[in-house]
Amino acid sequence: MTLPFPGFLPTVSTDPIHQFKIFSLLDWNVGAYNLSFTNSSFWMLVSTGLVLTFLGLAASRGGLIPNRLQSLGELSYGFIADMVRSTAGEEGLKFFPFVFTLFFFILGANIVGMFPYAFTTTSHIAVTGALAIVVILIVVGYGIYKNGLGFFGLFAPHGVPLPVMFFLVPIEIISFLARPITLGMRLFANMLAGHIMLKLLAIFVVMLAGAGLAWAAWVPYVLLIPITALEFLVAFLQAYVFALLTCVYLKDAIHPSH
Amino acid sequence: MSLLAFLAETAAHGGEHGEGVKAPFPAFDPTWFASQLFWLAVFFLGLYFALARFILPKLSDTLEKRANRIAADLDEAARLNNQSVEAQKALELRLAQARAKARETGDKAREKTEAELAAETSRVDADLTRKLETAEARIAKLRADAMKNVEQIAVDAAEAMTARLGVKASRSDVKKAVAAALEQRG
Repeated sequence: MTLPFPGFLPTVSTDPIHQFKIFSLLDWNVGAYNLSFTNSSFWMLVSTGLVLTFLGLAASRGGLIPNRLQSLGELSYGFIADMVRSTAGEEGLKFFPFVFTLFFFILGANIVGMFPYAFTTTSHIAVTGALAIVVILIVVGYGIYKNGLGFFGLFAPHGVPLPVMFFLVPIEIISFLARPITLGMRLFANMLAGHIMLKLLAIFVVMLAGAGLAWAAWVPYVLLIPITALEFLVAFLQAYVFALLTCVYLKDAIHPSH
Repeated sequence: MSLLAFLAETAAHGGEHGEGVKAPFPAFDPTWFASQLFWLAVFFLGLYFALARFILPKLSDTLEKRANRIAADLDEAARLNNQSVEAQKALELRLAQARAKARETGDKAREKTEAELAAETSRVDADLTRKLETAEARIAKLRADAMKNVEQIAVDAAEAMTARLGVKASRSDVKKAVAAALEQRG
């Protein structure tokens, strides 16, 4: 265990990449694997803990007439359930708990990451990529379990003339293979870029002021306010997009024919 | 630190990164991949089981209970509404019956009164007619008597007048003349 935790102290690095650095809080090696409890693990614990607390409190009341917190929990339930139902159909509701967990896991991580000194766990490709791969494995696994080889009909749309098929099938296969990459990349890149942009603007304010250009420092300072708001929107939107695309892909597994 | 120094430092950092001497970009640093994946699995699965096992069923249960309650309440409202519509119909029926009965009673009473009135009227009419007839008979008799007296007086007067005038006339002639004169006058 390394103390003090540099990430928790109110010192600010001027390096925009510094915020993404992982360091061990509790060393733990299992065989050849380094499974240390890191700052990333800690903030993942915080975000999942907050999500669990919020949803747990919202669900535990179970009143006939909801209070605000319960309403919020029920709205979340309805929001995700409607999304799954409208995108993947009634059968897609089998995966409702998974999609719900995905949405709230990502949303929690993104929102917690917006707070100063916090670590954004979704700004690492290992996390977002793993989530994307899990989604695709479930899609492929369920698609084959449900439709057998018919699942691969996904790559051969109906009513297409044979010569076109020769071009279309490889394109469909490539686009399918690109799904986990784009799914993981989109979230990762959005969070990374957003946080770098915020950091650069913030540092720019300090640098300009430090260089005796206080009047100019106002420009990035004012710009920082709407961009912070935008990043909160992005935090929600990326969680939503991830969950929505999961539903779209699940629909392909349930009904592979185009 | 001045702006220039900051830019210089960033540039230097970038340079180091490019040379691959320093640690790689954190997001692509494989040192922590195993740890990241392990803890992701722990927390994601933990969240998944907590949500799927406890929280989501509870939420859905609450929502279902509410939906059932609302449906039950709506059913109850519809039932009560039907009841009130039926009660309204029954009331209207009773009202119509009562109105018909009232009209019937009124009609009967009116007919009875009219019959009584007609009977009384005819009785009074008959009475009056009878009285009228009696009176007329009496008047006729009186008139006849009076006319007889008039004739007698006329005969007496005529006899007296003829006697005074010195005209000889028998009593029967005078009577005849008076009768003729009376007849002439009607």
